Amino acid sequence: MEDVIKVEGLTKVFNGSLTAVDHVDFSVHQGEIFGFLGPNGAGKTTTIHMLTTVLKPTEGSGYVCEHSIKEEPNEVRYCIGVVPQEYTADEDLTGIENILLCADLYGIPRSESKKRAKELLELVELSQFANKKVQTYSGGMRRRLELACGLINRPRVLFLDEPTLGLDVQTRAATWNYIKRLKEQFDMTIFMTTHYLEEADNLCDRIAIIDHGKIIKLDTPDALKESLGGDILTVATKEDDDDVSGVISKIPRVKEVKKQDSTYRVKVELGEETAPSILSALMKQGITITKLSLSKPTLDEVYLEYTGKTIREEEGTDMRLQRMFGRRAR
Amino acid sequence: MTQENHNSKSMFHGFWALTNRDLKKWYKEPVLLFMSIIQPILWMGLFGKAMNLGAIFTNNPIQLPPQLLSSFTPEQLTLLGNYFKSLSGAIMQNTFGVNDYFSFMAVGMLSFVVVFTAMFSGMSIVWDRRLGFLNKALSTPVARGAIIMSKVLNSVLRSLIQAAIVVMLAWLLGMQFSASFTPLNLLVAFAALFLMCLGLSSLFLAIAIRSTRWETQMAVVNLLNLPLIFTSNALFPTNFMPDWLQTISRINPITYGTDAVRQMLILSPIDFGKLGMDFAFLGGFALLFAGVGIILSIRYLSR
Repeated sequence: MEDVIKVEGLTKVFNGSLTAVDHVDFSVHQGEIFGFLGPNGAGKTTTIHMLTTVLKPTEGSGYVCEHSIKEEPNEVRYCIGVVPQEYTADEDLTGIENILLCADLYGIPRSESKKRAKELLELVELSQFANKKVQTYSGGMRRRLELACGLINRPRVLFLDEPTLGLDVQTRAATWNYIKRLKEQFDMTIFMTTHYLEEADNLCDRIAIIDHGKIIKLDTPDALKESLGGDILTVATKEDDDDVSGVISKIPRVKEVKKQDSTYRVKVELGEETAPSILSALMKQGITITKLSLSKPTLDEVYLEYTGKTIREEEGTDMRLQRMFGRRAR
Repeated sequence: MTQENHNSKSMFHGFWALTNRDLKKWYKEPVLLFMSIIQPILWMGLFGKAMNLGAIFTNNPIQLPPQLLSSFTPEQLTLLGNYFKSLSGAIMQNTFGVNDYFSFMAVGMLSFVVVFTAMFSGMSIVWDRRLGFLNKALSTPVARGAIIMSKVLNSVLRSLIQAAIVVMLAWLLGMQFSASFTPLNLLVAFAALFLMCLGLSSLFLAIAIRSTRWETQMAVVNLLNLPLIFTSNALFPTNFMPDWLQTISRINPITYGTDAVRQMLILSPIDFGKLGMDFAFLGGFALLFAGVGIILSIRYLSR
């Protein structure tokens, strides 16, 4: 598979002391959605800024569309589209004026850019608001406008920095659909950052979990979940004084059994296939099963496993740092 | 979607688009335009009219002590009166080059407008940085120099338009053009203002180029605006200043800009040697700081 982004030992140190990104290696294949998942201040935006040639790396190398971000930044700029975290559209200008401004920054001739702007406004369903000032737009509309601006040069790679930050649930789902459509219709490679687990799970083909500037784990969402060691089966029995833990743990693929009152939490591989064997084994013992449920591991648990904390815990403590650091980074 | 782009690879693409982005905010909001010239209008209307230096001599009956008056005959007093009248005219002419202070300071106000607009040019790049627009622009292939120079051009165009309005208002308020004045003079005067604004805007943008705090910019503007005006000939001629102040005024570009405009609009005859010197200094100043601005933006816009 062709690698559209290739990064080796990429490092960014601010002011000689604050290491925002610490020797990061990864590559992104053609046509995939690659996600950086991590709490605020983990180094996600700094990585995007380096890959989009806004910041110069302190160390290491990065290639986007076979061009070095260090030596040929201008070639990189022609092949990427960027949708930043902030709303960067000019509030005093109309939607279409903003898109045409972006087009001018790429040097796209006016005849061409007008055509593209119209198509893009249609794509993000803003056609009827094209001539309204951006001040009148809602948060979701602005996100879509940013997306349209990022697509004006028909990029090979699109960078999305926290694409649904601050959006409500419905608008978020709609934005996910736009992103999926880009991948499916145009075979676009997408590099995105997020600190929403559902988002990473929903959109990304592969995820890198990043914390304190380092990649902790990189794999497909499913593999990440599997790496936790399996599914959780919860079995409730009628007879709560008989401990059947021994019986369950002898069944193949069962890894761990914990008893709480009359309920057993069983960690198993391939939960769907193992559940029937547990059922029949217990029935043979004359145990009546009152409840059985199977839960698949979520990215929440993956994140907990690899960073030692839940993503929500992390946010509280890192917010202050992020603010301090964010100011320097911009 | 992915295909070969046939985009312009010119160094200047996006330059006008960026300039126009900033200009649009201004010409679409006439209130902003009005606000930006209200200050020089107030200065001219209040300060310029109040500081009626010519009237000190002509319109100011002085009560002389009786013993002083009694030593002269009435004929002598009339002669003396005529003598002082022409002396006062000569003093005004010698000091300001014109008979009325208002014309002198009205030209100073043109410089004032240019300086203020140029100083605030740094603010807009700080805002662009804070709002994330700068990062977005940096991720596009627009020339780094174009990002800065578009701000400079925006500031230059704004201040020239404001200066044109101020000239008109000054004329309405009673500014006396010189006898040799032609529309061509106005063009040369605006060329001087252009150079002065180009240099000053580049200078203040260079100061702001890495700043993320508009408060810092405000502090710089507040710290420098009046000293820059007072150490120049904008409000008062420099030859009565103490030596140290004169030295400062000689490196202050506003001195040269104001002198050039004055020569073109109100002074007669024109001192071409001095005018040449004005343009040489302003040209060098503009070139130097525009160059510094471009070099800094290539080096420091992305870190």
